[in-house]
Amino acid sequence: MITAGVDVGSISAKAAVMKDNSILKACVILTGYNAQNAGKQVFDMVLSELGMKASQIEKIVATGYGRNSITYADKAVTEITCHAAGANFLNPEVRSIIDIGGQDSKAIVIDERGKVKDFAMNDKCAAGTGRFLEVMARALEVDLDAFGELSLSADHIASISSLCTVFAESEVISLISKGEKRENIIAGIHASIGARVMAMGKRIGISAPIMMTGGVAKNIGVVKALEGKFNTSILVSENAQVNGAIGAAIIAASLN
Amino acid sequence: MTSPENKTDVKPDTKKDPDKEKRKIKSDKKMREIMTAYYIEAKTPKEQTGKKIAWITSGGPVEPLQVMDVIPIYPENYGAMIGASKMGVELCEKSEEMGYSSDLCSYARADIASSTVNGGPIGGLPEPDMLICCNNICGTVLKWYEVQARYYNVPLFILDTPICHTEFNSDMKRYVVTQIQEYISFLEKICGKPFDYDRMNEVGALSIRGQALWQEILDTTMNRPAPMTCFDAFFHLAMIVTLRGTQTAVDYYESLLAEMKERIAEGIGMLPHEKYRLVWDNLPIWYRLRWLSNKFTDRSACLVADTYTSGWCSSMKYLDENDFLGSMAEMYTRIFLNSGTDIMADNIIKMVEKYEADGVVFHSNRSCKPYSLGQYDMQKLIQKKVGIPTLMIEADMVDERMFSESQVETRIDAFIEMLK
Ligand code: SF4
Repeated sequence: MITAGVDVGSISAKAAVMKDNSILKACVILTGYNAQNAGKQVFDMVLSELGMKASQIEKIVATGYGRNSITYADKAVTEITCHAAGANFLNPEVRSIIDIGGQDSKAIVIDERGKVKDFAMNDKCAAGTGRFLEVMARALEVDLDAFGELSLSADHIASISSLCTVFAESEVISLISKGEKRENIIAGIHASIGARVMAMGKRIGISAPIMMTGGVAKNIGVVKALEGKFNTSILVSENAQVNGAIGAAIIAASLN
Repeated sequence: MTSPENKTDVKPDTKKDPDKEKRKIKSDKKMREIMTAYYIEAKTPKEQTGKKIAWITSGGPVEPLQVMDVIPIYPENYGAMIGASKMGVELCEKSEEMGYSSDLCSYARADIASSTVNGGPIGGLPEPDMLICCNNICGTVLKWYEVQARYYNVPLFILDTPICHTEFNSDMKRYVVTQIQEYISFLEKICGKPFDYDRMNEVGALSIRGQALWQEILDTTMNRPAPMTCFDAFFHLAMIVTLRGTQTAVDYYESLLAEMKERIAEGIGMLPHEKYRLVWDNLPIWYRLRWLSNKFTDRSACLVADTYTSGWCSSMKYLDENDFLGSMAEMYTRIFLNSGTDIMADNIIKMVEKYEADGVVFHSNRSCKPYSLGQYDMQKLIQKKVGIPTLMIEADMVDERMFSESQVETRIDAFIEMLK
């Protein structure tokens, strides 16, 4: 059975096509201004890369913030349930998931079948999310993709205490003017994300093995900060960013 | 700003759809008439009614006011009306301009601001002759009522009820009973007439009867399908809050109960499909009642009970009809908001069992600290003891700026997916 999952998030849109438990292809584009368009585009893109037609896809599940705008999908399912299914597919041992996306961060506890047992999300605040990192990258004039590597060469972790993205940004600016090393500031930013996510995870009783999903998982600095906080190693799949779309495609296979 | 919708917000749009018409609660209309009449009387010039007006906190002992023929007015009920009319943000902003912190309870902010501009859906509350503040619900009301006592330059009576973390003892009882005697002297002085103890017995009996009826109405949701949801309870609650101890409330609730029983007999549920049964904790999100009600209805989830509306009858068991004044001290001190987290969690667990709920929805209410403080612990206790999923929604009962639609929607959807 060939199925697809489309995950339209606030920053990027992802699509994955699966055939009987194997991933055929996954694509990522920026969401931009129009979520509905992005959902269409990324789906067309994955199809054209596979040289397939939409009619060959038997079932489609949409997820992410734009899930309800994907009119061609058979069903909309939240990213929480999809990340759980995706992580369970990538590694059935996983019992907890940390998903940091564009505008929210989540901690999810799952059972051995990949069913959600409990979850917690950040509240109406962007601190500890991908958007937070973007703002900081701009303030530091560093390419976000370099963040992870740079933070690994920090000689100490600068302290960033504000919970508010805007205030944290001014803290960063004042650290820059005090001559603090960029690497140390970035390490501080990662530590502050780690602290936020840890509080959320502890609240719902997160336990190892933990997998990190979502675009921010590509940032080794955040992963290391989380490993420090949770005192355990954290699994990151190469498919972390498209994990939600993969989960959606898996759920699509169970639709009748 | 959107137009005032009043509490009609509770009901889904019912135009022309015969199925929805059938599910509509007929008593709603009567309820609206009674509440309108109540506010019209309260806003009629005092020279015409000859009645004094007391503002009182929602958990305050209102029965002695009924005995003295004083009209009780509830700024918190008005706060709910302001919220449901989506007029909360404007008034909250006004209060912040006046210097109040945005962390202050939005009922307090809305009320304090409304006084200065005659704001809200009925153009402000009638001016008080006295203020009655009971801190069994929270500490905020103390400062809030002090502010209003200065603003209107009227006497303030404070009834201090010690928190019952685990127990209520004889020292507490003596302490509160003494204050109730002071309360009566306070009323005698302001009203210039002696307290009628025979009348007190009548009012006390009506209060008990009203509370018992309210509990019976709430309990009709034990039936499957539930003839009403907590969104209906949020609406019909106004009567037990504002008109507790009156024949009007008793008569109304008798007819509402009869309607619920009829619905049960005819198998009419509030939801077209009732698949999941949930318990709600904390105050309603007044400006989003219809939205929330539709969200849950669309997902076949019925909110069968809540800790909020049952708050006005849950400590009824401590009342003694033959000694209303004496037992009232215990009843008002032991309301669940004035108790410890364990008792509050236990209250929810009992509801889950009684109404056979599949999950619990917590509203973490930015405004109401005493109600929201222990919720994470309660979540854990519930998961441990009854092992059902819980959901946390972060919002505020009146201040819409604290509500994020897409965040809440995703959480509700994910929660329902967990129930499956
Ligand atoms: S803090 Fe809570 S109990 Fe106190 S007035 Fe506000 S809503 Fe009511």
